[in-house]
Amino acid sequence: MAPLIRSLLSGSIVSGTPLLYATLAELLSERAGVVNLGLEGVMLVGAVVGFIATVHTGSATAGLVAAGLAGGLFNLVFAFVVVSRRANQLAAGLTLMFCGVGLSALMGARYVGSQIVGLPELRVPLLADLPILGPALFVHDALVYAAVPVAAGAWWVLFRTRWGLSVRAVGENPVAAFAAGKDPRMVHYQVLFLAGVLGGVAGAHLSLAVARTWAEWMTAGRGFIAVALVIFSRWHPLRALAGALLFGGAISLQLQMQALGVPLSPFLLDMLPYVLSLAVLAVWGGRARHAVPASLGRVFQGTQ
Amino acid sequence: MIPKLFAMLTTLALATGSWWTAAAEPKLQVGVLHLGSVTDGGYNQAHAEGIEVMKKNLPDVEVIQVENVPEGADAERVMENMIKRGAQMIVAASFGYLEPAMRVAQKYPNVKFFHPGGYKRTPNMTTYWASTPEAFYLMGVAAGKTTKTNKIGYVVALPISFFLANINAFELGARSVNPKVETRVVFTGTFLDPGKEATAANALLEQGCDVLGVIVDSPITVVQVAEKRGAYSVGFHYIGVSKFAPKGWVTGVAFTWGNLYTRFARDVMDGKFKSEDILGGLADDFLTLAPLGAAVPKDAATLVEAKRQEFIARKAHPFQGPLNDNRGVERVKTGETFPLTDLRKMDWLVEGVVGQPR
Repeated sequence: MAPLIRSLLSGSIVSGTPLLYATLAELLSERAGVVNLGLEGVMLVGAVVGFIATVHTGSATAGLVAAGLAGGLFNLVFAFVVVSRRANQLAAGLTLMFCGVGLSALMGARYVGSQIVGLPELRVPLLADLPILGPALFVHDALVYAAVPVAAGAWWVLFRTRWGLSVRAVGENPVAAFAAGKDPRMVHYQVLFLAGVLGGVAGAHLSLAVARTWAEWMTAGRGFIAVALVIFSRWHPLRALAGALLFGGAISLQLQMQALGVPLSPFLLDMLPYVLSLAVLAVWGGRARHAVPASLGRVFQGTQ
Repeated sequence: MIPKLFAMLTTLALATGSWWTAAAEPKLQVGVLHLGSVTDGGYNQAHAEGIEVMKKNLPDVEVIQVENVPEGADAERVMENMIKRGAQMIVAASFGYLEPAMRVAQKYPNVKFFHPGGYKRTPNMTTYWASTPEAFYLMGVAAGKTTKTNKIGYVVALPISFFLANINAFELGARSVNPKVETRVVFTGTFLDPGKEATAANALLEQGCDVLGVIVDSPITVVQVAEKRGAYSVGFHYIGVSKFAPKGWVTGVAFTWGNLYTRFARDVMDGKFKSEDILGGLADDFLTLAPLGAAVPKDAATLVEAKRQEFIARKAHPFQGPLNDNRGVERVKTGETFPLTDLRKMDWLVEGVVGQPR
């Protein structure tokens, strides 16, 4: 039993971490009223740039920084199209995603099969020696440890700072925010850059820590799962933490059950994360308090 | 949408001139299509290195190579493009290129086509493949001698009959030298998701497995996870993956297409081409068992070699009855064997394998 618990916990955390960063990225942009379906592409660009930078510098930390910057810059392309050129967000997002898939494949083609020293695992002194919980919770890379503070930070920024207030104001009613002296376009650019950084980091966690390799389209749909997890978490960063952990846990659980030899069809087990999500939505959903940013998906047209 | 995207990329590659550029008139031009990247440490790289060997053996041959060609209409377009550029021989190196290659082959009867794993042909097309269960059996022998926990883990894409056959042969090989070995299988449900492969590999290691094997597009992730956690690993497809496991490498089955491709190209040049269906095995030079790693006990090498000779001499069979599946149902009767030509009918996992075949 002990190895199962240990493995399940540690597996959930590791599978959930890239999902969490991606979910926070989407959550921030949606709080400002922008749906970004291109997150998958942003993650891939982050994953490949992080990997390439690590190959050349030999430092996964440098790779991580490069991944964040690349993700942010790539998302600014999206920002330009939807904010300055006022394009439809869904169409622009999907295009960004395919663009990211192609661009990352092109950039990464020469690096498939390269060997890197990934993000190091850090043992937390003393705590790592606890039975069961120690190895499950306290032997991870830095991005895993940073996950909870980053989610809490996102909450603090959104709900406790002036900038966060203007982000939410723009997401609810950009015209009113404009009248109050906030330029929605500037806010959108800032938020989308930050979201891009988080998306790039999410991708880099996959390529630098989890798999330590680059493969085309290695995000395998996680960017879209993140979009769903934002709805699941009702646009709240701390619930996003729960959502990512639950979904990561379900992925890990189904692989774990196979490793354990549970006599259930692998096809059935593969559905588990989705069935579990549906079940939680069914139990959890339907509560009255409305959470969707009122202007989500609408393009700010100016006030003239 | 996705094939379109790749088609765009292909066009881009054309425009930037990474294709063949005109030089002295070569004797033979060969067009090669790959489904994925030629540095994937797996299936695609094995084919690409085979082509490299052919180029070295036959300096007169020019190669037009395109990666990431989707299976379908795009593949047809790429093949026709190659033929227009002068290719007289096409290697369509993925199973899913069979239909597109058949259509193009019928349109261009003078061009010779080669397809791995195809089950039908045209008069100007040869199909080739190597049967792998015997080699997996030998890998099982090496792994069965190496494991200390008597648990071996396999990360597999999908429960497809050929994969089930490989796992069954592996477990039977392991059991032949170590009756206590069990093989645990985790299906990831996809050929490419390194994140999931890493999680699956870790889950197997936590369950006490100390040797990991893998049947997905690229073995790199699983082999790296095993090495990082101090476990052993067995590879598949491409021999060079052993560089990811300098300590824990056991062995691997690899396709070494070089000499076969050289023979193909030479036959086409000499006008000796004939359409045939080639199914090779351990005795052929295009299926290789990688050298045993440092972790493998010395006596394993002798056992593996002895069994290899028996397979080659047809004195042994990997699926020799009596065999029960892992639900206790008898699948092969005493004295009978499961024919290697019927592998697509194998929908069960043998006793000793922990896993669900469907």
